Amino acid sequence: MALSGLDIYKLLPKTNCKKCGFQTCLAFAMQLAKKAVSLDKCPSVGESVRLKLEEASLPAIRLVEIGTGERRVAVGQETVLFRHEEKFHHPTAIGLIVEDDLPVAELDRTLGQIRSLRFERVGQQIGVELVALRNTSARTEVFVEQLRRIRAAVSLPLVLMACSAETLKAALRLCASERPLVYCPKATDLEAFVTVCKESHVPLAFRASSLEEFSAATKKAAQAGFADLVLDIPENTTTERLWQLTQIRRLSLKKGERSLGFPTMVVVNTAVESEAVCQAAAYIAKYASILLVRTTKPEHILPLLTLRQNIYTDPQKPLQVEPNVYPVGAVSQDSPLLVTTNFSLTYYTVLGEIESSRRPCYLLCMDTEGMSVLTAWAAEKFGAEQIADTLTKFKLADTVRHKSIVIPGYVAMMSGDLEDKSGWRVVVGPREASGLPVFLKNLAQG
Amino acid sequence: MAEELKMITTWSQAVCEMRLGAGRQEGGSRKVTLTVGGEETLPFLFKEGALPHTPLIAVEIFDVPQDDEPEALRRDLRGISKDPVTWAKAMVEDIGADLVCVKLAGIHPDGANTSAGQAVNLVTKILGAVDRPLIVLGCGEAGRDNEVLPLVSEATKGERLLFGDAVQENYKTLTAACIADGHNIIAESPIDVNIAKQLNILISDLGMPLDRIIINPTIGALGYGLEYAYSIMERARNAALSGDRMLAMPFICFVGQESWRAKEAKVPASESPAWGDQRERGIMWEVVTAMSCLQAGADILTMRHPQAIKIVKSEIQELMKKAQS
Repeated sequence: MALSGLDIYKLLPKTNCKKCGFQTCLAFAMQLAKKAVSLDKCPSVGESVRLKLEEASLPAIRLVEIGTGERRVAVGQETVLFRHEEKFHHPTAIGLIVEDDLPVAELDRTLGQIRSLRFERVGQQIGVELVALRNTSARTEVFVEQLRRIRAAVSLPLVLMACSAETLKAALRLCASERPLVYCPKATDLEAFVTVCKESHVPLAFRASSLEEFSAATKKAAQAGFADLVLDIPENTTTERLWQLTQIRRLSLKKGERSLGFPTMVVVNTAVESEAVCQAAAYIAKYASILLVRTTKPEHILPLLTLRQNIYTDPQKPLQVEPNVYPVGAVSQDSPLLVTTNFSLTYYTVLGEIESSRRPCYLLCMDTEGMSVLTAWAAEKFGAEQIADTLTKFKLADTVRHKSIVIPGYVAMMSGDLEDKSGWRVVVGPREASGLPVFLKNLAQG
Repeated sequence: MAEELKMITTWSQAVCEMRLGAGRQEGGSRKVTLTVGGEETLPFLFKEGALPHTPLIAVEIFDVPQDDEPEALRRDLRGISKDPVTWAKAMVEDIGADLVCVKLAGIHPDGANTSAGQAVNLVTKILGAVDRPLIVLGCGEAGRDNEVLPLVSEATKGERLLFGDAVQENYKTLTAACIADGHNIIAESPIDVNIAKQLNILISDLGMPLDRIIINPTIGALGYGLEYAYSIMERARNAALSGDRMLAMPFICFVGQESWRAKEAKVPASESPAWGDQRERGIMWEVVTAMSCLQAGADILTMRHPQAIKIVKSEIQELMKKAQS
C-alpha cells in the first residue's frame, strides 16, 4: 500500500539537515511520496526505514504471469474494490478444464472446440486464455501423454492440475520453460509443490480452507523464497466464495495484508452448464483473477467473455466503435442516412433503435474519440465541418442518392452550417435514440 | 493461532423496504404480497449485514402482440403470448415468476392505439387471474401515459401495485395518481446517479414516501453498455449504505427488454455458426445480464424467456443461502 507524505515523514530523522536539498524533512517526504526523488538523498536514514519504504512501494496485490510470448497472461495487481474508483486492471483469465482420462477422439474434439473460442467484439479480440489439464486418472504416464497432445494442438498457456509432485515433475520436464501455472490440490503436498515450482520458476496456485491458512502458507513460501502464488478459493456455496474473494481483495488493498496480496482463482466444477455460467458470471464481477470452467460451448463462453470485457473496460476510456458507414438491414440507395458518434454506448443504442424500427438505414459513425453527442459537439469533434469532411471521406454521395442526412436532435443548431458546408440537406432527428422508431416511420421515403 | 483475518465495513443506513401488493385486510385483493429492499450491506455479503429479502423476478408481458419477437422467444412462448391473461397466469403458475410486469405498449398513439378503457380492463383482468402484485408500465409517450395510467391506477386503488416510469421531464401526473391510490412508483434516470437522486427528491417533494420509490437505473444489455449501469448501481448503493437517504431505494432492472434486443440473442446459428446454438445463446444472454445486475444490487429483475427465468430464479435461491462456515 502506498504511503502518504506524512506517513513517510514519520520515518525520517526530522532534523531538517537540508542535506537532501530540501528545506525540511517534510518537504522531502512529500517529494518521496510522489516518487519525484530517491531516498538515497537522505544520508541519515537507516536500513529498516529503507526496507519499509521499499515494501510500501510494492503493489498490494502481486502480479503473476502465466505462459510466455504473445499468449502470456498477467493477473493480479488490482488497485480498487469498485471499477468506478479507477478501473480493474488485469481481466479475469478464463480457462477450460480438460480431464486426462478423456478418450483420444473426445480430447481432440474438445481441443478443436477450444481453438475456435475466439471472437471479435467492438473491435477487440476476445477469447479463452488457458487450458487446464486435470489428472483425473491419477496416473503420471496418462497425464504426460495427454499433455503432449494438448501442446501439439493448442498454443494457449497451460494449468497443470497434477495429483502428485512426481507427476508434476514429469510434466514440467516437457513444458517448464513455457511457464505453466501449477495447481496444488492438497494442502499436505504444498511444501513439495513449492519446492518443485521454485526450481522450475513457474507460478503455483494452491487451495486452503480459510484465509488464515492462505496467509500462513504464503508466509511460509515467502520464507522459502517463493512468491509466485495464486489463491484458489475452495469449493463452497457461491455466496461463501464471493465472501472470501471480497475479503481477500479488501484485506490486501485496505489493510495492507501482504500475506493475502495474491491473485485469486476459482474452479467452477458443476457439470450443469447453466449453473456454471451463472456462477462464473458472479466471479467475473467480483474479483476472480483466474476462472476455470468445464463448458466449451460457444453459447456459454461468449456471454462470459463479453461480461469480462464489460467489467474490465476502463470507465475513463469508453469503448469506441470504428468510424465507418454501417448498413443496418437490407439497405438501398434510397435508405435514410443517419449520423452519430463512435462512443460505443451511443452507437449501439442508436443501432438498436434503428433495428427495432425495421427500416433499413445507413448509420454513419463519426470519429469523436469515444465522446457522446453533446460532449463531442462541445469539443468540436462532432461539428458541421467534421461531418461534412466525413461525408466526403466515405464518399457517401455514391452510397445514397437522396443527399440528405439525419442528425441527432441535440445538435439541431448546426443544421444551417452543415447544409452550407456539405451541400447536403439536413433533417433534424429526435434528441433521444428511443424516438427513432417513430421518427423513421414518419420520415418520407427517399 | 493467528487472529482471524476479516474486514467488515460498518455501513450507516439500510436500503428502504418496499412492500408490493396489498391483501384483504389492507384493502387489496392479493393473496401473495412481497417485499424488496432492506439491504444493510452490498450484494450477498451476509456476514456483514442483513439482506432480508430475496431479489424478485417479474415476467415482462405485453398488452398487444409484439411482431418483432426474436425466434427463441416466439417459439417458446407460442400458444400463450397471444393472450396477456393466459401469458401472465402461465408464467406465474408454471414457470415461477414472482410477479407480473404488464407493458401497455398498445396505448401508444403511433402503435395499436388501444383505448384507456381497454387498458383498465386488461389490468383488472390480469389482477383477477393472478394472486400476485403487478407492475404496470405505460407506452413511453408522455401525453398518452398521463391520460391512461391515472385511470389504471384509480381502477386498482388499494392494491399497492408498482407503476412506471416516472422520468425527470414527466413525473408529476403519475406520482400524484400513485400517492392518491396507494401505489408504488418507478423513477427512471438515464444511467446517471445525480439525476436518479434528483428525481427521487422531486417525487418525494410531491409527498411520496421514500419507501414507495424504486430506481430504474436504465441498464444496457450484456455487451451493450451493461457496465455503465453496473457502476451507477454500485455507486448509488455505496452512497445509500453510507447514509444518502435520497439514493436508498431498491433497484429495478429491465433485463428482458434489453437483452433480447442484443444481436447475440437474435442472430440465427446459420448466420453466425461460431456463436453456437441460437436458443441457448439468447437465454444465456438474458441470464448473464440478470446475474450481473444482481451483483450490482438489483432487487427486481424483469425477464422474458421462461427458461431464463427458471435458471436465474434457482441461482438467486443459491445465492441467498447463507454460507455455512
